[in-house]
Amino acid sequence: MKILVAIKPVPNPDEKVKVKGDGSGIVLDNIKMVVNPFCEIAVEEALRIREKLSGEVVVVTVGPKESEQQVRTALAMGADRAVLVEAGRDLDSLAVAKVLAKVVADEQAELVLMGKQSVDDDNNQVGQILAAVLGWPQATFASKIEFAADNKKANVTREVDGGLETIEVALPAVVTTDLRLNEPRYASLPGIMKAKKKELKVVPLASLGVDTAPRVKVLSYAAPKQRAGGGRVADVAELVSKLKNEAKVL
Amino acid sequence: MADILVVVEHHEGVFKKNTLSVVSAAKALAGLTGGEVDALVLGDGVGAVADVAAGTGVRKVLLGEGAAFSKYLAVTTAGAVAQVVKAKGYGAVFAPASTFGKDFMPRLSGLLDAPLASDIVGLEKAGEALRVKRPMYAGNAIGTVELAGSPLLFTVRQTAFDPAAMGGAKAPVEKVSVTAEAVGTAFVSRQETKSERPELTEARVIVSAGRGIKAQENFKLVEELSDQLNAAIGASRAAVDAGWAPNDWQVGQTGKIVAPELYIALGISGAIQHLAGMKDSKVIVAINKDEEAPIFQVADYGLVADLFKAVPEMIAELKKLKSA
Ligand SMILES: Cc1cc2nc3c(=O)[nH]c(=O)nc-3n(C[C@@H](O)[C@H](O)[C@H](O)COP(=O)(O)OP(=O)(O)OC[C@H]3O[C@@H](n4cnc5c(N)ncnc54)[C@H](O)[C@@H]3O)c2cc1C
Ligand SMILES: Cc1cc2nc3c(=O)[nH]c(=O)nc-3n(C[C@H](O)[C@H](O)[C@H](O)COP(=O)(O)OP(=O)(O)OC[C@H]3O[C@@H](n4cnc5c(N)ncnc54)[C@H](O)[C@@H]3O)c2cc1C
Repeated sequence: MKILVAIKPVPNPDEKVKVKGDGSGIVLDNIKMVVNPFCEIAVEEALRIREKLSGEVVVVTVGPKESEQQVRTALAMGADRAVLVEAGRDLDSLAVAKVLAKVVADEQAELVLMGKQSVDDDNNQVGQILAAVLGWPQATFASKIEFAADNKKANVTREVDGGLETIEVALPAVVTTDLRLNEPRYASLPGIMKAKKKELKVVPLASLGVDTAPRVKVLSYAAPKQRAGGGRVADVAELVSKLKNEAKVL
Repeated sequence: MADILVVVEHHEGVFKKNTLSVVSAAKALAGLTGGEVDALVLGDGVGAVADVAAGTGVRKVLLGEGAAFSKYLAVTTAGAVAQVVKAKGYGAVFAPASTFGKDFMPRLSGLLDAPLASDIVGLEKAGEALRVKRPMYAGNAIGTVELAGSPLLFTVRQTAFDPAAMGGAKAPVEKVSVTAEAVGTAFVSRQETKSERPELTEARVIVSAGRGIKAQENFKLVEELSDQLNAAIGASRAAVDAGWAPNDWQVGQTGKIVAPELYIALGISGAIQHLAGMKDSKVIVAINKDEEAPIFQVADYGLVADLFKAVPEMIAELKKLKSA
C-alpha cells in the first residue's frame, strides 16, 4: 500500500511558549522544533501498515527549508522517502490542504495519514479539508485502523464525544490520528544514519500552480488572562469550609 | 449582510446544549454585521430536535430529514450543509467545536472553498473586516484572526459564549430537501460511554483524576466524591492512556475544554496540555502530594496531601455538611 504521511514541525509541546512583547508572534528562541506528536503517531501507523502489507511510506511537509530536520526524523523512524514543498510558514489550512492534494495526486497515494491537530496552531482542519478537496472519505480522530481482506476498505474507530465510533471508509481515504492509535517508536541510531541518505525531494511551491492566497490571516497574538492561583489550604476541613463560605460553590 | 446558519448538534435525536452557545456566537456576529440567524437540523425523525432549536431565539429552523441521515457522518453532513448554504446564500455558518463540528466543518470548508476559524472565543469588527479571537499554542496565546471571503465558517468554543435561553417563542420549522452523498463511507457501530452523571461540558462541578489515582478500581473514590457534588468525572491523558478512564473523559488541549464553577484535580500534575482544557474554570481545587506540582499555580485552593487520605476525608466532610 502506498501511504502518504503529512507532517508538520511544531515547537516542543513540553515547553510553555510566550507571546512576543509587540504581539507580532511567539518567542521561539531556544525552543526546539519537533515533529507534531499527532504526526509522529501517523508516521508510526504508516510504518506498521507497511510492515504488514508492504508498500511505501512517503512523508510530505509544506514549509520552509528548515523543516528538513523534522522530515529527517520521520525518515529515521523508517519512512522511505520524503517530499518538502518549500513555502512560507504562513499558508492557511485551505492552502496547505490544496498543496497536499497536488502531492497526493502526483504520488497516487492510496491512503493519507495525518495528525488530527497541530499542537501549535491547534486548527484541526487540514486533513478534513484535504479529504474534501480530493473527494475522498475521511476518518478523523482514529484510535484503530483495520483493513478489509482485500485492502480496499478500512474500519476506523474514532474517539468522539460520548465514546467510540467505528466507520467504514473505502480507500483511498484520509485518516487523522488521535492519541491512542499507537505509541510511536524512537528513531534508532542506524535509522538516523540511513535517513541521511534517503531521498528528500524539494519542490518549490510555485511549481505546483496552487492558489495559496491567504483567506485566514493571523494578525496578532496576545497573552491569555493569567489566573491568580497559588492559594493553599492546610487541610480538608479548611478546604471544604472555604469552598462553602468563601468561594460559595458548595 | 447575508444571513447566518447554525448547524445544530444532536445525538440520536437528543438536542445537545452546546448548540446554545453557538446560537449566542452567531447572534454576536449578527449584531456586528446584520443578517438573521437560522438553525439547521439534519437527521431522521428529528422533529423534536427542531422543536427545541425553534425555541432558542432563531428566526427559523430548517429541517433536513432522510434515512441516510439517521447516523451522523461527516461526509453526508458536510455535503448537506453545503447544499443548504448554496441554495439559500448564507454568509456564515457556525457549529460547536465538539468532535461533531471539528469533524464536518473543515470538510465543509474544503467543499465550499471557504475559510474556517476553529474554536473561536470572540468576535469583533475592525472597519469592514471581521476578526475573531481563538486560542492557540495550548491556550498560551490568543490569536486575532481575520477572515476573507464568503461564506465564512466558524466552530465555537462552548465555554466562551453564554448559552442562549431555551424554551422561548417558537420559530417556524421549514422542511428542506437535501441529498446524502456517502462518498464511500458507512456507519458501523458506536460504543457509548454510559453514565448517569452530568455531561462534562455541561456540569457545574467536575472531579478529575490523573496518574496519581494509580488504578482503575480507585476511580470508585472519585465516583463517591462526585456523588456528593453531583459532579461529572474527568481525567488526564495519563489516566485515559492507562485504560482507567474512557477516552471522552479526557480534559485538555486535545480532549474536552471545560469551564465549570468548580474543578477538582486529584493526582494531576498540571501539564500545559491539561491546563489548556480547564484553566478557565471559576474555582480550581488541586489535591496533590507534590507541593511543586504546576497544577498549584492555577489552583485557588491547593492542598498538598495524599489523595487516598484527603478524598475520603472530603467525602466525610461533605456528608456532614449535608446532614447539618
Ligand atoms: C509565523 C507564522 C505565521 C502564520 N500565519 C498564519 C496566517 O496568517 N494564517 C493562517 O491560517 N495560519 C498561519 N499560520 C499557521 C499555519 O501555517 C498553519 O500551520 C496552517 O494554517 C495549518 O493549520 P494547523 O497547523 O493548525 O493544522 P491542523 O489542521 O491542526 O493540522 C492537522 C494535520 O495536518 C497536517 N499539516 C498541517 N500543516 C501541515 C503542513 N504545513 N505540511 C504538512 N502537513 C501539514 C499535519 O498532519 C497535521 O497534524 C502561521 C504560522 C506561523 C509559524
Ligand atoms: C500531543 C499531546 C497532547 C496531549 N493532550 C493532553 C490532554 O488533552 N489532556 C491531558 O490531560 N494531557 C494531555 N497530554 C499529556 C500531558 O502532557 C501530561 O503527560 C498528562 O497531562 C499528565 O497526566 P497526569 O497529570 O495525570 O500525570 P503525571 O504528570 O504523572 O502526574 C501525576 C501527579 O499525581 C501526583 N500524585 C501521585 N500520587 C499521588 C497521591 N497518592 N496523592 C496525591 N497526588 C499524587 C503526582 O505528584 C503527580 O503530580 C498531551 C500530551 C501530548 C504530547
